[in-house]
Amino acid sequence: MFRYIVRRVLISIPVLVLASFLCFCLVTAMGDPLGEWKTTKPRTPDAVAAEEHVIGYDKPFFPRYGNWAVNFVEGNWNRDVTPGSDLAPVKKTLGSALWVTVKLVLIAELIAIIIGVIIGVIGAVRQYSVFDYSITGIAFTLFSMPLFCIAIMLKAGGIQFNNWLSSIGADRWITTAGPPPGGFSGGIGHLIFQYTGAYLLPVLCLLAIEFALYARFQRGSMLDVLNADYVRTAQAKGLSQARVTLRHAFRNALIPVVTVASLNVGALFSGAVITETVFDWQGMGVVIVKAVENVEPWMVLGWLMVTAVFIIVFNLIADIIYAFLDPRIRLD
Amino acid sequence: MTNPIVADSAEASEAALSSVDLTSSGFDSTQARRQSLVILKRFMRHRAAMVSLAIFVLLFLIAFVGGALWKYSYTYEDTTGGGRYLPPSGQHPFGTDALAADNMAQVLRGTQFSLLIALVVAFLATTLGVVLGAIAGFYRGWVDSLVSRFTDLVLVIPPVVLAGVLSRNAIGGGGSNWYLIAIYLGITSWMSVCRVIRGMVLSLREKEFVEAARALGGSAPRLIFRHILPNTLDVIIVNATIAVSQAVLAEAALSFIGLGVHPPDTSLGLLIEKNQNEISLHPWLFWFPFVFIVLISLSVNFIGDGLRDAFDPRQKRVRA
Repeated sequence: MFRYIVRRVLISIPVLVLASFLCFCLVTAMGDPLGEWKTTKPRTPDAVAAEEHVIGYDKPFFPRYGNWAVNFVEGNWNRDVTPGSDLAPVKKTLGSALWVTVKLVLIAELIAIIIGVIIGVIGAVRQYSVFDYSITGIAFTLFSMPLFCIAIMLKAGGIQFNNWLSSIGADRWITTAGPPPGGFSGGIGHLIFQYTGAYLLPVLCLLAIEFALYARFQRGSMLDVLNADYVRTAQAKGLSQARVTLRHAFRNALIPVVTVASLNVGALFSGAVITETVFDWQGMGVVIVKAVENVEPWMVLGWLMVTAVFIIVFNLIADIIYAFLDPRIRLD
Repeated sequence: MTNPIVADSAEASEAALSSVDLTSSGFDSTQARRQSLVILKRFMRHRAAMVSLAIFVLLFLIAFVGGALWKYSYTYEDTTGGGRYLPPSGQHPFGTDALAADNMAQVLRGTQFSLLIALVVAFLATTLGVVLGAIAGFYRGWVDSLVSRFTDLVLVIPPVVLAGVLSRNAIGGGGSNWYLIAIYLGITSWMSVCRVIRGMVLSLREKEFVEAARALGGSAPRLIFRHILPNTLDVIIVNATIAVSQAVLAEAALSFIGLGVHPPDTSLGLLIEKNQNEISLHPWLFWFPFVFIVLISLSVNFIGDGLRDAFDPRQKRVRA
């Protein structure tokens, strides 16, 4: 197992290098980072050249990539380039943004997997029951809804709920803009109040989409497995239905869901982009949208690399979980 | 599921089908059991899928024919000073917005673009995925490694972000850029189809009928397109429908974060973005584009579901 992990980590290094080059091509395709700066006022060629030198755009494509790559590995991730703005350092910005996003995404993802798997299993075991039909219908509808619409509706609902709380004299609970401020200003009760209020809507929002996905997949794979011969054998042996469902069927039915979950990390980051935009969290989503809009090459590159590492790590975790679920899969 | 209405409609559709057969090629018992006809019959018995197909066609007609015939243009603004934020009425069925523009004209225009983009994206993504997957699976070896590693590589970047970064340089130009958005979304969403097709081709290429075709001197393109790919058609079609619904949502998300379709063009995502703060005060501005987007995506999803059941009825209640 340990050797396998080491080998996988080593394999992922060339993947990351290639990915960084691909990302660099993408970032270059975004256009001239100084484009807007050049047009706001007439600039002398000297000023342009000086600014290009500062941001590293005076070099041609390949040396620029080499320069960036060496600095990146050494931990110098560069900074924003648009002159005049408060030049945010890439590493620090991404660090704080990542922490905000990861908390949000992990909470939502964990709850989504648990609820989705449970509902999918019940739906498969009680196929064509009222429960199955209603859950399949809900999952299908949620699956077809744009995430930002759910977010906007939740936000509007949250504000109305707050207004109702105010009208009965209670504190406004739901926060629709930004993560909890943190700090220990009140008691522990106040803190819980604050955190649940801030996390509730964004988590619900991501949950709505993700749980539908997992429920659908879990139901499908569970149905496949329940129709398999070895399940009938287990039933014929006289095992209790609960044991057959949980030990024989459920474990095998989890494998496709693990694949979906690991492949879904990228989509989850995309989802976080939307959720954070609507609820105004200063996470990875807001950072990338702003960076792309302002054509900030180093910020976009750093962002893409951080996400790439995340996705690779989650694929690795998924492969390790396979081996636990299915002993026939040998990792070494 | 023995609802009399369903049974009636199923029988009616069968009758319609068999009458077509009778008139076109004379009665032939083998003709009636052709695979494609069996699948078509199964699909037509899938109530949700048939309703969805009708809704989808209707949406298409409303968007393109209705949009062309509707008395207001999507660029129309009432400049006389009045007419802002009118609730839905006979004059403006979907109400008007902050600039006194007719909401229905905008929603129809947005639906046109969303549908166009979705179809182009689905076509591009499916074509790219099928061709790359077939090449990788058929030639194996280093070609396969190359394609597979490239797929892995693209998968480490979140697709919406990838398309957003690409479309950044399309924004500067202004004007009509919907096809660029479609192309960017298309070249960022072929990976899953590619993987599935590669897997199928890998196993199909070892089958006896492919070997026979090769022994008869069939060239590689002939083997791939004539003998192997037709056997993956069900997967391709189902994936293509899923791609359409995902493309509708992806385009909307992209436009929503400001990296997709740009004014003066409009799309459903852009309309919702523009009106997101109107949901409580002027709800019609939010709900009409929302309903259209959900209708498109939901109906396409149901069509895909019906197709999958028709091609592969093992799991489902629909019988041939």
